[in-house]
Parts: sequence; structure tokens; C-alpha cells
Amino acid sequence: MSDPILAFEDLTLGYDRHPAVHHLDGRIEPGTLLAIVGPNGGGKSTLLKGIAGRLAPLAGRIVNTFPHMAYMPQIGDLNRDFPVTVFDLALTGLCGRRGMFGRISRTERDRALEAIGLVGLSGFERRSIRTLSGGQLQRLLFARLMLQDAPLILLDEPFTAIDQRTIDDLLEIVARWHSEGRTILAVLHDLELVRRHFPQTLLLARDPLGWGATSGVLTTDRLETARQMAEAFDRRAAECHRAA
Amino acid sequence: MVYDLLVAPFVEFPFMRRALVGGLAISFAAAPIGVFLMLRRMSLIGDAMAHAILPGAALGFLIGGLSLGYMTLGGLIAGFGVAIASGFVSRTTLVKEDMALAAFYLVSLALGVTLISASRSNLDLLALLFGSILALDDPTLVLIVAVASATLLALALGYRGVVMECLDPGFAAGVTRFGWVFHFGFLTFVVLNLVAGFHALGTLLVVGIMMLPAGSARLWTDDVSSMIAIAVPLAILANVTGLLASYHLGMASGPAIILVAGLIYGASLALGPHGIVRRYFPQRHLEA
Repeated sequence: MSDPILAFEDLTLGYDRHPAVHHLDGRIEPGTLLAIVGPNGGGKSTLLKGIAGRLAPLAGRIVNTFPHMAYMPQIGDLNRDFPVTVFDLALTGLCGRRGMFGRISRTERDRALEAIGLVGLSGFERRSIRTLSGGQLQRLLFARLMLQDAPLILLDEPFTAIDQRTIDDLLEIVARWHSEGRTILAVLHDLELVRRHFPQTLLLARDPLGWGATSGVLTTDRLETARQMAEAFDRRAAECHRAA
Repeated sequence: MVYDLLVAPFVEFPFMRRALVGGLAISFAAAPIGVFLMLRRMSLIGDAMAHAILPGAALGFLIGGLSLGYMTLGGLIAGFGVAIASGFVSRTTLVKEDMALAAFYLVSLALGVTLISASRSNLDLLALLFGSILALDDPTLVLIVAVASATLLALALGYRGVVMECLDPGFAAGVTRFGWVFHFGFLTFVVLNLVAGFHALGTLLVVGIMMLPAGSARLWTDDVSSMIAIAVPLAILANVTGLLASYHLGMASGPAIILVAGLIYGASLALGPHGIVRRYFPQRHLEA
């Protein structure tokens, strides 16, 4: 089987005709660990939404031949008041494989317990998700991602408002995924963390300002350019006729 | 004595037995549906849907008279029409589900009332609104039991999907393209149960046997499957007690059932582990 492809072809994504990601071209090699950085409103989350199929492109296209993916949105739809246990929520990670009807085996239950242990939530299995702290919930969502066992993983600000110890734990899991050959795209703001743990970076401020080895992308000049991006949409912006 | 109070009415009077069977069937299906409606924060949607069904049933009456078939069909068409239209609107536009539903059911209600008053018929609106559980005939009973059986079967099969759609709709959309099937399937059974139930309890009160046991169960447990396991017996308790109360005290039976369900809800509100007493007189906190 040939390697799966994730590529952007003159991709423009946005809202109400205004671009949030503007004319992005490029290709993500399988096994890449890519950080996506840039200012607020720079199109980082929008790009992940586009890849996840939650947002149709305004122009251009996304080619994605990965058989399935796991997507952790920044603000998910998870109903935190819903009365289920930590263990049950972790098990929902199997829904992709097992579907809505398939039997969940003893082994899979053990894998769920193992995943809960790996994110440091052993002993929480029977707790209601309502009682978890923000960081604990984030760990749990990582356990669910592990059970999804996807070759392509999209993380939208996975470490925001998380303590250092948890970040370290979760980064270890990301490193593990990377070593297993999974393709990981993560939207991040902590540039130090990106420099230390992410070999590749895409700097996005509506227009792509750099894409490649992290050290080459996160230069003072480029970060300064990104900072200059006008965040608000220009309501009187002319129609874009940039050639593909 | 106990026999006279609790058993004799059902032994002596066939209409009480029919009411009991109908009430039990409704309890088994409506209570779990109510649990999911509550967990989706759609507790009032059942009520809105009931209002949407009312004009359909009334229209069925105008066309076919007091016939089970016409009134059921009318209710189903109105209910599904409103459910599908509002589901479509909320999934394709910025209008959320509650507003979408509000718009359609209000129009449906106004349309129904207009048609009824234009026809100047002698439709007994009270029976439509509050049902007649003591006058269930065979076909109606069959309809109620069939709908209840289908509901339980569908919930057992689609349980995971319905829970996922409630728990994390975004995630569900990511792992299956068929999330909408569970959503619409669930709404289908909401409508079916409301239509089947309105023959017994009326379009408005049937919502009570759906929601009150569910709300009561919420106060006793923090787990969705236990909630269903608690809501069903509570609904049954309300049905049996309500029927007996209506028999001995000469009350209208439909409202009596819902009043008992209300009493159970009140007691749960006060005494349940997630209720008021615990809130104001908490146990001492633990070490860790």
C-alpha cells in the first residue's frame, strides 16, 4: 500500500467569504510531527477544522487519503454534565473501530484501562467526568485519542491551561505516537515547547509565512511579520483574484 | 383490606386492567426516552412536539371522525413534519434546534386551531388534550404496546449511538457519518411515543410521564444506565398509584397519574442524593 497523502492545493478556508487561511500549498509527509503556530485569528484552528472535514474550503482543496483520523478540537462539543464515568468516556475512543453496534472485547477494555493508566488517571475509572478538573479531562481526552489508534492526529491547543507536569506527560505520549510513525499536527502557542519537541513547524498568519524545519521557521523576522497581521476582517476587502 | 385497596379494582373492572396495561407499556418506553431528552437538555422539546402533534390529530379527527387510524396518522404526520423540518433547519443554518422547533410547532398549532375553528366541529378538545386512559379499546392498546416494544428494541440496539450523540456530538460526527441517523431515529421515537401516549394521557400530559420520572431519576444517580433503570419503575409506580387514586378518590385518571409522578419528583428533589436536603445538610467531607 502506498503512503497516505495529506496535501493542500491552493487552499483557502474562511468564514463569510473572508479568508482565515489564504492560499496554502504544501504536503505533509507521513510520520511528520508538525507544530502549527501563529497569532490568534491566524487560521490555525480553521486549518484543522478543514482537514477534519468540518469546514468546506472557500477555494482550492485538501487531499487526504489517510484511512481515518483523530481530531481533538480546541473547544469540543463534549457535554461535561453527561453522566458517564471516566472509563466509559475513554471507551468511546473505540467507536471509530467498533462503530455504534460492534462488541467491545475484553482485550479492548484492558487497553482502555492501560490508556487511562498511561495518562496518569489510574484510580479515576469509576469517577463521573463531571468531577474532573480541566487538566484531568484533557488527560482523559488523550486516553481516548490513544484508543482511537489513528494514523493522523490533529490536536488543537492540547496544552492550553494545563500544568507543567501534565504537559510533560502528554508530550511523552505525543513522542510515542511520533515514534510509532503516526502523523501529528498540533496547534500550539508555546514557542519554547515547539522548539524543543517539534521538528517541523508551519507559521500561519492567514497567509503561510514559513513551513519547514522548526529552527528555520521560528526566526525573529518571521515572527515579527506574523505579529503585524491585521486580525480583523476588512469588510471592504476586494475580491481576491490571486492566481493559483 | 390491602387487596381491596390495591388489587380489587384491577380484578373487578376490565377498563382498569386495560388502563394498567396501557400505562405499563407507556412507562417502559416513555421513561427512557425522557431520560435522553433530559440529558440532551431537550426537556421542553417533548412539550413543543406535543403541541405540534395536537393540530395533526385534530385534523385527523375532522377528516375521519373519532378514528384511531386517522388521528394517529394526523399526529404522526404533524409530529414528523415538524421534527424533520426543524432538524434540517438546525443542521443547515445558524438557527439552533430549539428555535427551529419553536417556529414550526407554533405555525403548526396556529394552523390547526384555524382549521378546527373554520370547520365549526364539535371536537372534544379536552379528550385530545388530557386523554382517556380509562377508555382504551383493543386497537389503541395494540398501538401503544407495539410502539413501546419497538421503542425498547430500538433503544437497546441504538443505545451507544444515542449516548454518543448526547455525550459528544462533535466526536460522534468525526467517527461516523451516520450520527444523524441516531439523532433522527431518536426524534422518531419521541414522536411515536407522544402519538401513542396521547390516546391514553392526552397530547399534553403524555409529556409528563416522559419527563417527570426522568427528572426524578437524575436526582438519585450519576450514571445514564442506572438512570433509565430507576426512571422506568418510577413511571410504573406513578401509573399504578395514579390509577388507584383516580379509582378510589374519583379523580380524573390521566391527571392523577401525572400528579403522582409529580409527587415522586418532589420527593426525589428533596431526598435524592443529588437533591435539596443533601445540598443544605451535606455529609462531612473526606480526607482525600
